[in-house]
Amino acid sequence: MSTVTLPAREGAAGATPGKTGLSSWQLWGMILVTPYLLVFALFVVYPVIYAFWLAHDPESYVELWTDPIFQRSVVNTLVFLFIGINLKMMVALLLSGFFMIQRWWIKALTVLFILPWAVPSIPTILSVRFMLNPEWGVINQTWFKLTFQDGPNWLNDPQLALFFAILVHIWKSLPFWTLIFLSGRLAISTDLYEAAQVDGASKVQRFRFITWPSMKQLYLTSLTLSTIWSLGDFNSVYLLTGGGPADLTHVLATLGIRYLRLAQVDLSMATIVSAMPLILPLVYFMMKRLSK
Amino acid sequence: MTVSARNARNGSSFTFRNATNEAKLLLIGIPVLIWTLLPIYHLCLFAFSDKQSAFSGNWFPENPTIRNFEIVLGEKHYFLNHFWQQLWNSIFIAAMVGALTLVVATTAAFAISRLKVPGGRTVLNMALFTYFIPAAFLAVPMYRTMAFYGLLNTDWALILAMLAIASPYAIWVLKQASDKLPAELDEAAIMDGATPLQLFRLVYLPLMAPSLVAIGTYAVLLAWNEYLYAFLLLSKENTLTLPVALGNFLSADDSPWELLMTTGLIYALPPAAVYYAFRKYMVSGLTAGAVKS
Repeated sequence: MSTVTLPAREGAAGATPGKTGLSSWQLWGMILVTPYLLVFALFVVYPVIYAFWLAHDPESYVELWTDPIFQRSVVNTLVFLFIGINLKMMVALLLSGFFMIQRWWIKALTVLFILPWAVPSIPTILSVRFMLNPEWGVINQTWFKLTFQDGPNWLNDPQLALFFAILVHIWKSLPFWTLIFLSGRLAISTDLYEAAQVDGASKVQRFRFITWPSMKQLYLTSLTLSTIWSLGDFNSVYLLTGGGPADLTHVLATLGIRYLRLAQVDLSMATIVSAMPLILPLVYFMMKRLSK
Repeated sequence: MTVSARNARNGSSFTFRNATNEAKLLLIGIPVLIWTLLPIYHLCLFAFSDKQSAFSGNWFPENPTIRNFEIVLGEKHYFLNHFWQQLWNSIFIAAMVGALTLVVATTAAFAISRLKVPGGRTVLNMALFTYFIPAAFLAVPMYRTMAFYGLLNTDWALILAMLAIASPYAIWVLKQASDKLPAELDEAAIMDGATPLQLFRLVYLPLMAPSLVAIGTYAVLLAWNEYLYAFLLLSKENTLTLPVALGNFLSADDSPWELLMTTGLIYALPPAAVYYAFRKYMVSGLTAGAVKS
């Protein structure tokens, strides 16, 4: 939409060919874009090339694939992504509809709802971690008061621990995606809904025939971006479980860092490159959307 | 919106239906509220309890106290010996990232959007490519790169890494905002014989001020909240930022959790406050792009 003004602007620039200043404008353009290009070259392009260079030894992949922790991490990552992202996106889509409803208290709730996204991860994740502490955590102490039995050791069970890491991930990023979908819903013309109302369309029908068709593209883009970003989510797993118990809840993001901390840089890089089959199709999809 | 419209149509005779409707909304609203606030409430509960009552599993503070804050602010625990230094590191790094991101992104957006530098569109797409690399995956080679540049364990390692991560989004948002400024402005300035730098300084910057506030805030918050990069790039006790220091609490078996939560609360307050102060700018800036895609 913003590109509508583009041809006119170029016409305007072209209308002053006699001016000697024209080339100086382009020269200044290049000078002003240089700082960013330097940052990009030094801190994005170089590290990426360096990573692939470090990961070129086929033997590190053999070593990596024979590491049972790696195999477990791949499964964990897939579970984390599949459950985490789909659950998060569906809830975000539905909740955005809830936040469209005009009530003073829903407006107030929207303001509070943003908090998990606005505050840093570490204090809140550590807070959850202590809540789940088997002896001292408030959850198990309440459990004991109610049932006179010890509650489960939540984070000591790999499946439960991973599940809680997924919940923490959702807790943190749900507000962001809900806001995105909310703005998507606000962009839909209310005339459509009013017309549907006149025709006696049900709530489900309104969602299916008006909301969803208008939101589909946004939903798919968000799903893709969220997959890429969640793949790089280190905090939710590391701060909640530390990859434990017995390194059974690692995802690729935490495993890569774990190898790095153990000074096994080649394995660390190989871990990252192993995720390429998952990332590249998503990036291809996003590039196609961007170039439109 | 649709619900209220229907209520209006049904009239006030259907008050029972109205009540069930409100109850249904509350049935969604209350769990959402609890879900959102529970970890934050638990954090505050710990910050205002002494160790004894924090570990007793109560949902409400027995004897609320501000003793924890005195210990943290007075650096009266060996975990907290560098609290003020680390707080300062966090502030300095966040401020530098905010300032540098503004400089780098504003000049780039001006060059791409107003000066129409050749290949500008490609630069923007390349920049956005940064976000297609999962954060934790870029962190590993970034660590090695910073070692190679000799910047490890200095503020600048984190500042430059965060600059590289904050800039693409900043350029993208600023470019979109700047595309909306009328072309006649530039033309008028050219007529008056303005140089590109004068156009930038006298016309462009003042008009872009609201977007600049939003982007500056965004970059500051991004840097302040960052854990992973700080954790990797900084390891000397006096170069750490607060989140890394918080993470280090975990390595001990008998961590003073009530102090950890207190420090965490102090650390989490500024971004929450800044966010609410600039909420209008942030949300509109953030969602402006989303609707377009």
